[in-house]
Amino acid sequence: MDQPGFDHHTHIPGTTLFDGKQAMKGYALNKMCYAFNKQEHREAFAADEEGFMEQYGLNEDHKQAIRDRDVLAMIAAGGNIYYLAKLTGIFKLSVQDVGGMQTGMTTEEFKQHLLDQA
Amino acid sequence: MAKILGGITTSHIPAVGHAVKNELHEDPYWKPFFDGYTKIHKWIGENKPDVVINIYNDHGLGFFLDQMPTFAIGAAHEYRNEDEGWGLPSLDPFPGHPELSWHIIESMVADEFDITSCQELAVDHGFVVPMQLFWPGAPHNPDMPRAIPISANTVQHPIPTLKRALDFGKALRKGIESFPEDLKVVVLGTGGLSHQLEGERAGFINKDFDKYCLDNIVHNPEVLTKITRHELVEKAGAQGTEFLMWMMMRGALGDDVTQITRNYHIPISNTASGTLLIECAQ
Repeated sequence: MDQPGFDHHTHIPGTTLFDGKQAMKGYALNKMCYAFNKQEHREAFAADEEGFMEQYGLNEDHKQAIRDRDVLAMIAAGGNIYYLAKLTGIFKLSVQDVGGMQTGMTTEEFKQHLLDQA
Repeated sequence: MAKILGGITTSHIPAVGHAVKNELHEDPYWKPFFDGYTKIHKWIGENKPDVVINIYNDHGLGFFLDQMPTFAIGAAHEYRNEDEGWGLPSLDPFPGHPELSWHIIESMVADEFDITSCQELAVDHGFVVPMQLFWPGAPHNPDMPRAIPISANTVQHPIPTLKRALDFGKALRKGIESFPEDLKVVVLGTGGLSHQLEGERAGFINKDFDKYCLDNIVHNPEVLTKITRHELVEKAGAQGTEFLMWMMMRGALGDDVTQITRNYHIPISNTASGTLLIECAQ
């Protein structure tokens, strides 16, 4: 989807604004993640990831990002971090783990990066 | 008539709920954070508000992207805390004050703010963590006020402008102060300060910008309305946009205010945490 006159996708390195364009791109992915608020859906996903992704209508970009556990690819495919946090919870990843994965740091390096900004 | 005693701001990081549960108040990592709440507990104990208006942002529990209100006000007898996807135990429901909720909604819509009213609203860590911080044991603290949640959209752009947030607070003030019952009200602004969870810039924190916001919000909030939304994302981080909730709170306090306490600490989890208590002249 194009948004003539509303280009939010530039200017801030390392940052993807979650706007209407991204929200439409990632709708199915985010909707699946929203379902993970319920324990039974988390269990159903854990039991059959491919079947659960199919049920929510994820496209190939969404699915591959999840198969690869690739958070940056999930963001690029329209994932919103607040919803993705429910998915990374299933994978037992902390927000510092996720921070490290996205920045090419180990979790310990990422924690130190946070401390260094004090 | 109802009156506003003051406003309190705090970060609402999920990890705080974990630290409260495990009583990590004296832990070296947590102590500089929890020490910021001592004066707030004293003030709450002395003033005993009847109602707390908790301005927060939902993170994907109460609302999904199918229908995303820019400003939503709870209008229910109680608000349930539910599983956000991490399987953590939920707190018991928080009693509401629907009469005041509907009065505020009537007043604000008459004032040309288009409000989404919610007779059911599950509340997440953005609402619950500040309650736990200010009223330990919430909702079972004996001084627990009745609660009204107000959620603003910071999940999906376009988000409200900082000016709109401040103006929202000013209209909220009119709604509260015109309520005929003698109630003491405290307004919370939760979230922030600078942080970013996603992208190659994850872990971004901006101490200088946070200090600028803290320095100005008490006595010079209008200057902060000059910050554009794009600039807010750039300088506060993608999730630092939660500062909008602080501006909404600030708008409700009027001009004659005194700062009682301020605390700032880096980092708690991925976030620069900030706390303010601002008292209104009576």
